[in-house]
Amino acid sequence: MSHHIVEVQDLSYTYPDGAAAVRGISFRIHHGESVAVVGANGAGKSTLLLHLNGALTPQRGTVRIGDFPLTKATLRDIRRTVGMIFQDPDDQLFMPTVFEDVAFGPLNLGLPPEEVEQRVLASLARVGVEHLRDRPPYKLSGGEKRAVSIAAVLAMSPDILVMDEPSANLDPRARRTLIELLAGFHHTKIIATHDLDLVLDLCPRTIVIREGQIMADGPTRDIFTNDRLLEESHLEKPLRMQACPVCSGSMARKTEDAGSVHEH
Amino acid sequence: MANIESAFVDLGILDALAARDSIVHRLDPRVKVLTAAVFVLCVVSFDKYVIAAMLPFALFLSLILGLAGIPARFVLKRLVLVAPFAVLLGLFNPFFDRQILLHLGPVAVSGGWLSFLSILLRFGLTVGAMLTLIAVTGFNGVCMAMEKMGMPKIFAVQLLLLYRYIFVLADEGQRMHRARALRSFDGRGTGITTYGHLIGGLLLRTLDRAQRIHLAMLCRGFDGTIRTSRPPRLVARDVLLFALSCLLLIAMRRYDCSLLLGQFLTGLVP
Repeated sequence: MSHHIVEVQDLSYTYPDGAAAVRGISFRIHHGESVAVVGANGAGKSTLLLHLNGALTPQRGTVRIGDFPLTKATLRDIRRTVGMIFQDPDDQLFMPTVFEDVAFGPLNLGLPPEEVEQRVLASLARVGVEHLRDRPPYKLSGGEKRAVSIAAVLAMSPDILVMDEPSANLDPRARRTLIELLAGFHHTKIIATHDLDLVLDLCPRTIVIREGQIMADGPTRDIFTNDRLLEESHLEKPLRMQACPVCSGSMARKTEDAGSVHEH
Repeated sequence: MANIESAFVDLGILDALAARDSIVHRLDPRVKVLTAAVFVLCVVSFDKYVIAAMLPFALFLSLILGLAGIPARFVLKRLVLVAPFAVLLGLFNPFFDRQILLHLGPVAVSGGWLSFLSILLRFGLTVGAMLTLIAVTGFNGVCMAMEKMGMPKIFAVQLLLLYRYIFVLADEGQRMHRARALRSFDGRGTGITTYGHLIGGLLLRTLDRAQRIHLAMLCRGFDGTIRTSRPPRLVARDVLLFALSCLLLIAMRRYDCSLLLGQFLTGLVP
């Protein structure tokens, strides 16, 4: 279990239309680490993630997952090792029922039916949606879809989880449930997101990307207190680290007369 | 758009009905598909003026609906929805075929009217049979059965994915339509050009989504075959019931049961 390392070296990728999405990125993520990849829209986060399980092949540089470099021959193993959770659960849930969808991966691995059933039930239970097993995916709520898409990936028993905007389109309660769920996983996690409060909860390490290059890579706490870096990368401090606008500044003065509506 | 919206809600009802449990639901999907095929073949092979001999088939259909607990309202409502097509098809028969074939008391009925009614009846029976088939088997069950019976795998996969994503596509189409409707006034912006752009946009979105879905499938080890964990197995009861219903259907096609019943009843009266 000590080999679940993700190593990217000097990775570059230019789309056919000439847009250079990733320009020489290198990092190394160790076993069990939880790392956030943050950056502006179009900074190259998604392109980077697509390289991590071979959806895109590097044009320059290398990607190593565990002990294997990513090549055609290792693709199958790597796709089992790296579980990818897409931004839109509708893209990921393509089978007619929840059960069949979660069983899709294990069946493709060639597992016997009993083992598949066990795995499916275990992963549905892990994310707390056993009761949805016979429902068609298009009838689920956003939070349920997200949970099922995570179960579908867990059923492959991956060592590394790669997530693209996991908290997008979730209501606050579903988002909180998701954060608690992810916090309970011992997998190596790589999360691309704009939800910096989620990063604060889940990822001790953050990589900031801007225009296809790494701007900073270090402890989340240091990065989120570096105002200049955040500003340059089109980011903002997580809301939790910002001073409360109601209590400080102009708003506070206005509400002074009205008494302490807001208690801190 | 309201019609299309409700039509898609209907698909959901089909699914809910297919998820029920009854003796008909429990039959192997292949048996149901084949029986439905025999049913349709029998109905369409009747002569063009036949009406009475087809009525026993309606009885057969209602028997199945009853056994499966599918409300007749469900099938009838959809038949009415698509009936205009059948009416259009037979509309001119009464005008062209004026030969009198039948006297109902004082009313002379021409061959045209007979064939018109026959078309309507055939249409009702065949479409009703297909709706019933899907309502007791589920769309996925039908696909799987056809694949097991030799339909190329790629078609089965296509149909399954089509059924899964028709909801997503309808949703996207509806949103685009609504966005357009909200910004067009006095009939401006509703022309065919706008719809062209709309449909083009929808196509591009669909292509993008198809790519993402394929990617998601590859990520989970897709290699061209969709495997199912519970392969359906034929049991003796399935085969027996299939043989029985086939015999019954063919007998109903071969012998005019309505006529026989009529002769029997009139024979009773001295």
